[in-house]
Amino acid sequence: MTGSRNASLFAFALLAPALLYIIGIVAYPLVDTVNLSFTNAALRPTYDWVGGANYEKIFRANFEQVIIRTFVWTFFSVLFKMVIGTLGAVMLNAAVPGRALFRILTMPPWIVPMAIGIFMWGWMYNGQFGMISGLLQNFGLVDGPVAWLAYGDTAFWATIVTDVWIGVPLVTIYLLAAMQSIPRDLYEAAWTDGAGRLYRFRRITLPMIIPALVTMSMLSLIATFNSFDIIWILTRGGPSGSTTTMIIDTYRVAIGSYKYGEGAARAVMICIFLSLFCLAYFRVVGKINTGEKA
Amino acid sequence: MSNKPMIDRYKWYEVVGIYAGIALFLFFVLAPFIEGFMVSLKPLSALFSSPYSFWPKNGSLTAYFTMWESVPGFWRYIANSMFISSVATIVVLILVVPAAYAFARFPFPGRGALLGAFLAVNMFSGAVLLIPLFRLMRSLGLLNTYFAMIVPGVAFLIPTAIWLLRTYMMRIPRELDEAAWVDGASRLYTLRRVILPIAMPGIIVVAITTFIGAYAQQFIFALTFNSKTEFMPLPIGLFAYFGRQEVVWNELMAASFVGITPVLILIVFLQRYLVAGLTAGAVKQ
Repeated sequence: MTGSRNASLFAFALLAPALLYIIGIVAYPLVDTVNLSFTNAALRPTYDWVGGANYEKIFRANFEQVIIRTFVWTFFSVLFKMVIGTLGAVMLNAAVPGRALFRILTMPPWIVPMAIGIFMWGWMYNGQFGMISGLLQNFGLVDGPVAWLAYGDTAFWATIVTDVWIGVPLVTIYLLAAMQSIPRDLYEAAWTDGAGRLYRFRRITLPMIIPALVTMSMLSLIATFNSFDIIWILTRGGPSGSTTTMIIDTYRVAIGSYKYGEGAARAVMICIFLSLFCLAYFRVVGKINTGEKA
Repeated sequence: MSNKPMIDRYKWYEVVGIYAGIALFLFFVLAPFIEGFMVSLKPLSALFSSPYSFWPKNGSLTAYFTMWESVPGFWRYIANSMFISSVATIVVLILVVPAAYAFARFPFPGRGALLGAFLAVNMFSGAVLLIPLFRLMRSLGLLNTYFAMIVPGVAFLIPTAIWLLRTYMMRIPRELDEAAWVDGASRLYTLRRVILPIAMPGIIVVAITTFIGAYAQQFIFALTFNSKTEFMPLPIGLFAYFGRQEVVWNELMAASFVGITPVLILIVFLQRYLVAGLTAGAVKQ
């Protein structure tokens, strides 16, 4: 039944509903975004073609600062997710009693509705009564209350910490699964030859999970670049723009100020960066896979 | 300890180190929930007092009773969340089961590119497409209805679901299809009567992960496309409450806990499936 034209037709028929859905809800809006980015669309029903005016306008509004901020924010968030996730996976992979329970306990930030976890962080960051400021004061590490979300610098890092918190479970469990799929014989052979635990980690575990690490870093990069809920709930991009990433900026302009055209130009910029990440991802993953098969 | 293979034995200081590390790690992961729970037990006066104390003095469950009045429509929010997630999951399954089967079984031209195109959807968040989606929802007359949250939500749940189910279906032996084919069964009959029953465990895994994804991600579409209180899902309902001038934190936390309890229970029972679902496509088979 393979290869026949009939089979291909059947396959396309099976695919059609999902494909049409994606075309309607993702592909068409994507094209529409590009289209709108060259217009002065706003709340009123009619709009005109304005060429590249929106793009000129956003760069006059210091958009490059927003871009740089987004990259710094994303870079540190992904870095921390990967480092903490790898450490977590290594520890949960250790053959100690209770690890099944520990694995379950890792999951809540990932499973629970994101917004609700973020509310809890909102309280923890409260300067007067929140846990972080409170505990630091109790231990004498800071002198007075620190309202983490009230200052640009601390708000920037606070939103990163919350983003890391939400991302870590997925990274951990994914890497843990990668570690558990490494054949045990490898470790046993190395162990018989007298290789220590650290040496086995460096020479067996690490090389074997590199593909998973790369995949996860890229997926994490894309998700983090798109991160919206955390910043919107905690700071709405403030104080004075210090946590305004590209997504937040787009939302404020497009939905907050109803400037669809200008917002669309910003969204197009985001899409360009995302496409570059994706290209890089496919190149790297392609390399790893062909390298392994060879 | 003694019946463990030698390779898995740790020296005492290694065990201490591992547990200390795990404790630190889990503290980071669980701290907001622990703190949130403590807050839900504290009376407001104790909450807004210094110095900070972690343990609730005069702790009580009062907030869990008063919140039903302070957050009017709380039940409604939870029911809305469940309803939106359930409908989204059903729609995703209807679209994804045939698509995954097509990808798993038929070597049609352009298969790789199409699969890539589906996965590329994961690249965009809803936020990027918000403007045209808003216009689309408006012109379809769906703004301020459940569908304004379900229709865009489904699109972003499809890629992962296809990927997971395709991986599962590729493990079903091809001989089964071929045997049915030889016996004269039509392709559709084969899919319905041969493949679907065997793929059921995989479909259930996909249903669970989709449901949880739909439940976890209810924010941006609900924030932007719906302003009617009676349709709000839990996160947005609580967010509206959170946005008020004087946040009644203990009640907000109590409400959050009641709201997430269903998913927490799900984790305990279904974590095996969640991990299987998550890693099916990821780790190389």
